[in-house]
Amino acid sequence: MTDNIIEIGILRYRPEEDDKPVMQTYEIPYNDEMSILEALHYIKDHLDSTVSFRWSCRMAICGSCGMMVNGIPKLGCKVFLRDYYPKKVTLEPLANFPIERDLVVVMDDFIKKLEAIKPHIISKKKKCLTEGTHKQTPAEMEKYQQFAMCINCGLCYAACPQYALDKKFTGPAALALIARYNRDNRDAGAAQRMEIVNQEEGVWGCTFVGYCSVVCPKDVDPAAAIQLLKIDSAKDYLIGMFKPD
Amino acid sequence: MAETFEKVYKRSHEPIFWGLFGAGGMLTAFISPAMILITGVLVPLGLLGHETLSYEKVHVFATSWYGAIVLFILIALPLWHTLHRIFHGLHDLGFHKGRDIQQVFCYGFAFAVSVFVGTILLQMA
Ligand code: SF4
Ligand code: FES
Repeated sequence: MTDNIIEIGILRYRPEEDDKPVMQTYEIPYNDEMSILEALHYIKDHLDSTVSFRWSCRMAICGSCGMMVNGIPKLGCKVFLRDYYPKKVTLEPLANFPIERDLVVVMDDFIKKLEAIKPHIISKKKKCLTEGTHKQTPAEMEKYQQFAMCINCGLCYAACPQYALDKKFTGPAALALIARYNRDNRDAGAAQRMEIVNQEEGVWGCTFVGYCSVVCPKDVDPAAAIQLLKIDSAKDYLIGMFKPD
Repeated sequence: MAETFEKVYKRSHEPIFWGLFGAGGMLTAFISPAMILITGVLVPLGLLGHETLSYEKVHVFATSWYGAIVLFILIALPLWHTLHRIFHGLHDLGFHKGRDIQQVFCYGFAFAVSVFVGTILLQMA
């Protein structure tokens, strides 16, 4: 099996020597158990130690290894050479993000958006430890759990044509995270987050293309979260007409 | 990191247009196929009888209050749906300049035709 060779193209960009990104191709021994991330490690260990890429958990938990694999946003640790062999595999940094170096992108805008939506429980009133834990029934948890599975990998931003056109758009993961907290019965911060949702750059920047949900490696379905928020925002609009603040 | 100014949140008026878009889309998806089947296939082929869409019958329908409402909704809502889609489609196709004018033109057209149809129906009644 090791006689077989697979070609891996990597879009290289080293700011100190490249004016613009260039494609470089490596040939490595094919192994049907090898993930794309392991292939990158093979290249770094045996062929070219200058190749840069992000990774940590190797098991689709940390969300660091997002990249374009043959033009589609994927987690490098969750796709395998066997998914492509004998075709060539082309790796590029995540679309819609500025390249920092090789496959490493600048995530600042994405992180800022995640922070801006107040991704934490905003309690109605502070509870004393002696009052015990917040109780939640399985039915109450079911309302938001799917949207809580996000690992902040950014694949959905690489997939989103609206984010590609307008970087002001809040984007799929951050909006899904709003849905996650707004739908949590322990949370009382919905009104604050709706200000973000109600804007043109909020939920209304979405035209329901749905590709975010296709590429999401954790089945978060951000597109569904956004459509639910559109209904919330429309209700909020109606209420706002009668009760301007 | 800390921003020195307070962010001003601007509410979008999109819910109105999105509501009309959604209602129009629903109608288009569910009712248009049946309408096309009746007016474009069954009646012309004589399968429903040529008298089904005779001038007198349609006139009676259009001048009744419920007929007028049905016709108005069937014409206006899909129109709002279509022009909303065109407005957003223009953005997707890269026409990013003059969005305000595009908006006035798109929704203005839907509004004008709605008023036009409404006026005709009222005059007939
Ligand atoms: S919603 Fe899915 S694709 Fe988007 S950042 Fe979260 S896990 Fe990644
Ligand atoms: S390395 Fe953690 S998600 Fe791939």
